[in-house]
Parts: sequence; structure tokens; C-alpha cells
Amino acid sequence: MNVVLDLDGLDALVRVLRRDGRVVVGPVLRDDAITLAELSSAAGLPSGWGVETGPGHYRVRRRADAAVFGHSAGPQSWKRFLHPPRRRLLSSDSSGLHPAEDDAPNYAFLGVRPCDLAAIAKLRQIVGGRAPFVVAAQCTEPGELCFCASMGCGPAAGAGYDIALTERIDSDGHRFLATSGTDEGAEVLARVPARPASPNDLALADQDVEAATRRMGRAMPELDLRDVLTANRDSAHWETVAERCLTCGNCTMVCPTCFCVSVEDTTDLDGNAERSQRWASCFEIDFSYLHGGAVRTSGAARYRQWMTHKLGTWHDQFGTSGCVGCGRCIAWCPAGIDITEEAAALATMMELGGERP
Amino acid sequence: MTTWVPTPYEVVTRTVETHDSVTLTLRPVAESLPAFRPGQFAMLYAHGVGEVPISISAIPGDGTLVHTIRAVGAVSRTLHDAGPGTVIGVRGPFGTAWRLDDAEDLLVVAGGIGLAPLRPVLGHPAKRTVLIAGARSRQDLLYQDEIAQLSDVDVVLTVDHGDHDWHGRVGFVTEPLASIPLDPDRTTALLCGPEPMMRFCARTLLGRGLPAERIQVSLERNMQCGVGLCGHCQLGPLLLCRDGPVTGYPMAEPLLLAKEL
Amino acid sequence: MTIPMTDLDALPLLTRLSHTQRAAIAGVSRIETYEPGTRLFEEGGLADQCWVVLSGCVMIDTVVPPRGRITLQSIGPGELLGWSWLVPPYRWHFGATVVSPTRAAVVDTGALRVLADEDPALGYQLSLILIDALLNRLQATRIRLLDLYRNPS
Repeated sequence: MNVVLDLDGLDALVRVLRRDGRVVVGPVLRDDAITLAELSSAAGLPSGWGVETGPGHYRVRRRADAAVFGHSAGPQSWKRFLHPPRRRLLSSDSSGLHPAEDDAPNYAFLGVRPCDLAAIAKLRQIVGGRAPFVVAAQCTEPGELCFCASMGCGPAAGAGYDIALTERIDSDGHRFLATSGTDEGAEVLARVPARPASPNDLALADQDVEAATRRMGRAMPELDLRDVLTANRDSAHWETVAERCLTCGNCTMVCPTCFCVSVEDTTDLDGNAERSQRWASCFEIDFSYLHGGAVRTSGAARYRQWMTHKLGTWHDQFGTSGCVGCGRCIAWCPAGIDITEEAAALATMMELGGERP
Repeated sequence: MTTWVPTPYEVVTRTVETHDSVTLTLRPVAESLPAFRPGQFAMLYAHGVGEVPISISAIPGDGTLVHTIRAVGAVSRTLHDAGPGTVIGVRGPFGTAWRLDDAEDLLVVAGGIGLAPLRPVLGHPAKRTVLIAGARSRQDLLYQDEIAQLSDVDVVLTVDHGDHDWHGRVGFVTEPLASIPLDPDRTTALLCGPEPMMRFCARTLLGRGLPAERIQVSLERNMQCGVGLCGHCQLGPLLLCRDGPVTGYPMAEPLLLAKEL
Repeated sequence: MTIPMTDLDALPLLTRLSHTQRAAIAGVSRIETYEPGTRLFEEGGLADQCWVVLSGCVMIDTVVPPRGRITLQSIGPGELLGWSWLVPPYRWHFGATVVSPTRAAVVDTGALRVLADEDPALGYQLSLILIDALLNRLQATRIRLLDLYRNPS
């Protein structure tokens, strides 16, 4: 099903989703960044705001138009809703063990970029949980740090959306081509005021997304990254990266697929105990703690673990790459370390016959 | 979320093994967990303190769980001190088991607390079973009375530091490993102990013509969730709580040789 | 007592030798059995033989005042006891006591040296055997220095 919505139609979509009992979450402008928050109407979307990104750099900027989805990945991802930063697991007291209630709302995500759509699938493959209703926003304007095309995760929305929107502003107005991906998506769209899409609407959307493919700011090397990382396990290059890496863990926090958690126990003075999980980072020293000490203490080993897992061993564990090419880890790295540059450096070393001590 | 919920078990017996290790027998309070296989582990939860991975150290077959616990940190110390009647939370069984299907001769090499996960295989029917166990001193050797009773197993016990009362061997496990009679064509070797010990033993065995495919090692990293969800126990491509702890040596060797992996 | 060839043929230590070479070794060796408590040699004594333990156990020790005699290493079945005959001043570096009923092949190292001098091929193989055994002992001793089984807490 293909229809065209105007801004009122988009607002109606938000209202329909809310009326069905869903918590609608989408991009909003907050604290000088495009963040994710609950929306009560389409008016909350960051109309006319874009972003400017670079290694260790992120700024919102005024756009020349009123686009609502004209911004690349922000500091947050949908991970914080599907896999909250903190979650209670159970409590225990004198009467026994009590599992925590699963109180996750019925989410509808609005404006999910294709890279993040892929990330949601990768994350849910591991952490599970209730599937959100997803309204994707196809990417027609990649940022400086975007490389989803080389990860096979965009700029067109892949599988997994209920509705995919393609925003366009031209002499014919501000509108969204809406394509249903599921019966549920079609059923929702049928309740929103819209006009049928013409062949021209479809052609323009295809053309805009196709143009975006050629405007990616970054690209991963076209090699099997698993081989690159395996061949470079003992490379001296990790030390070179470690000279810049602060092991702060920002990359793991902003990554839309980094799923690691640590479990924490707390007790009160009455003898009640609680277990909870919190986001963990493989850059924390204690992440690899084994009775007596941590296994990965050097920054080089911790960066190697993160990058190798993300691009290489994720395949062994989950049958896919852990990276979607959103570029967040580059923007939010205080040292501006660029995973595509590091992959390219390692690939060059492999082609030179690897580098072994 | 249910993967995180432990099943309550009650300590039935507590046997002091050494100055820092005890064996607990646990009985389900109500619900019981599926059967464990030798080599697998459980997550044992001490109320309010935390959870640690502990291998199964015997399989009595009566629904009880047997774990040998060495006090090395806050949680294991609490579990170590748990007397009969204490309720402990248990999750499991987790991980891979020792593969014994086609074992004709079984060579079991253990170091320190590494004997605990191997203890359940000592009763496995094999044409010939050899146990080589190392420990720091006579006082650190686990299950001494039980080992003395083993009738079908050739036993070599060796310690790092001998004393006047010790009439076993003094030295490292690689020494008897290099000199015992061994048929490389029909031996399966199971190794468990500190990582360097397993590396050195595997190398000795390779030198004696045992194919790497018939050497199994039990690996350890920071296990937290037990089901491959928390990411802590990664060793290269492996999530050891799921793909280990028991791992074939061809897979394990390059991972054990990489520094800080 | 002369040495049964089956004893030598079964030793992993000597697998690199041909049957003929093993027979030559047997010619300069004899079988002895020892009761527990037998002192095989004392630190500082003349080193003119070595042993291959076939069964039983021998402990190597040294005296550390005031702790007394400290056990350093055991020599078990299939293992070689005694290196000091190889190098000057040909004096035992440590002492050795039998701790369980032991049967061993005792090698006349003077005669062994003559054999090796006369047949360099055999001499070379013997050198490799000694290096192999020595290396194994050295590596095991180094690993023990790591104190791998200590409680990390």
C-alpha cells in the first residue's frame, strides 16, 4: 500500500498510533541535539532542524526548509527503549525470589532511519522483547559520518518496518510517501487521511533514496572484515589507536547495537536485595574481570575487542555484522576515532601481508 | 527476563575439601532445574551478594546438585560459608559438556580447582582412564579420599611443594604427561585448570602424537548471564557461557595464545 | 640383573632409538629394585651413573637449614634421574631418596659415554633424548615458579 501524507496526515498518524494505546516515540530537538522522546503530535518533530557532524563533532543547524526527518543519527538510539540503560531483574527477601515485572510499554517508533531499522533487528535478535511498531523514515540526506550503504543497511529501509516514509519538499509541497510493510501498517495507514500515491511519487522517492546512496560521507572497505580482523589480531596498529583512545566507552553507549550489560546487586538495611542490569562497556576495566584481575587491561586490547566484536566476531555469534553504518561512534568519540578509517588501515596491513610481532 | 530468575535450592550438606574449598550438595526447594552434564556450569546466587559461575562437580542422579566452591571473592566466600539450610539461587545448566562419546582411553588432566569440573567424568566407562592431577601442595588436593577409592583409574597426583608426609609426586603435571604410556590413536584428553597449565599440557600431548581434535579444554571468562546476552565472557568469536566452557583445542589454541583477548 | 628389552622398548623416552640402539643401551645397564628409604646418592658425591625409573618414585632433595631436607622434585615411571655425570665436576648437585618400591634401569654412564664416542649416530640420538628430558624438566620447573594454583584472593 502506497499513499501520500501531508503534515496533517503525519499528525493524524501519530494520533492513530496513540489512540491504539501505543507510546509514540520520535525525534525531538532537546539540549541542542536531536534526541528521542515521546510525541503527542507531529508538531513535536524537529521541523527545520538538521545536523552537522564530524569526528568528535555534532551540532544542530537550521535548515533552509522545514523537513522533519532531515537529520542524521543523534546521540541516542532506539536501544534505550528496547534495552533500557537500567532494568530491574529481580528482588529477593525472606519470602523468596521475585522476578521483576516486564513493564515495557507498547512502543511505536516514528522516524526510524534505515540504519537504525537494521540496528533494531540486530538488537532484538539478542535482547528479544516485544516488537515495536516501526514507522521508518527513508534516508534522503546522509550525514558526513554515514556509511550505511557500505554496511548494506541503507539508505533505503530494509525489512522490518510497518510503515516506511519518504519525505519530500518541492514546489508541490511538503509530503511523505507512506509505504506499508506489514498488514498492521496498512491497517494503520487506512485510518489516516491521505491520497493515493502516483507512479511519479514512487519514482521521485526511489530517485531521492538512490541519490543518497552516492552521498554517503564515509564507507567501509570492501573486504570481508572478519578476515581483516582475524588477520590483524596481533597487529601493532591497535597500539596506535590506543594512543588516541581514552577508553571512555562513549562509542559503546551511543552504538545502537552494543548490547552488553553488567548485573549489579544492592541490599537495604532490612535485608532485602535487588538485582538489576545496566548497560556495560567492553572499555570498562572490570568488564573482563576474572577472579584476581581483568583479562583486558590495555587500551589496545579493549579497543580491539570492541571493533573486532562489532565488525568480525558478531558474525560468528549472531550470523550478521554488529555495525549498521550510522556513524554515531565517530561523532561521539571525544578523540574523533573513525571506525571506517581504522578498518581501512587494518585492511591495508592485511593486504601487505599482515603485521605480526 | 526469566533467564535471570534463579531457582531456589537448599544446602543439604557441606563438606570441607581443603582450607579454601568446600563441596555443597543442594536440594531443590520446590521446582528443580533440568539435569546437568559433566562440564556444564550453574550460576549460583548468594542473596544480596551476587552470582558466580560454578561447575557441576558430581551428578548423583537424585535431583541434587553438587558444587565444589573455592573462596576467591565476595560471592564465592559467601557460598563457601553457606551451611546446611541456607537457600541459594541456582540458574542453569549452562554451557557445553565434555564430549566422551567415542572415548576409548580417557586422559584426565586437572590443575587446582580444575579437578572439580572433571570429577563427574571419572566414573565414565572407558577402556582405560588415567587421572593426572596437580595442586599447590598436599593440603590443596581435592577429593583425596575419593581418589584413593577409585579402582578403575590410574592416578598420578603431583604437587608444586612437597613436604615430609607427601609420598606422591612433586613437579608439574606436564612431567608425568610426557612419560606415561599413551596410545595417541585411541586417547581423548580432557584438560581443566589455569590457562597456562592447559596450554602447556596440550603442547606436551601434541608432542606425543595426540591429534588436537581429541584434546578438550575448559575455558573461563567473566560469565554473568549464562545465555550469551551480557557479552562479558567473550573470547574471540566465542561466548564462553554458550559456546564453552568445554572447547576443542583446535578452536581454543589460537585464542589462548593471543594476549589480552 | 640384565635388563629385559621389553622394559626399554616401552619407554616413551627412548622411542627415537632403534631396537639395536636400545639393545646397546641395555648392554651398559642393569635392573635394580629399591626399598622405600633407600638413599641413591648424596649431594657432592661422585656422579657415575644415571637411572631410568621403570616403576615407583624417587625424590630429589637438598638441605636448607633450619628447614632440613626439602623435596624439590619427584622422578616417576619413564623419567630420567641424574644429570651431573654429564658435566664437570661430576658431583651430584642434589640428593635422591626412594619413596616407594622402585624398579629402575641403572646406566653405567662411563660405558654409555664410550658407546656414544664410538657411534656418533647413537651419541647424537642420546644427546637429543637428554635435551628433551632436560627441557621438559626445565619447563615444568619454570611453570611451577608461576605458582598457578595459588588462591588469587
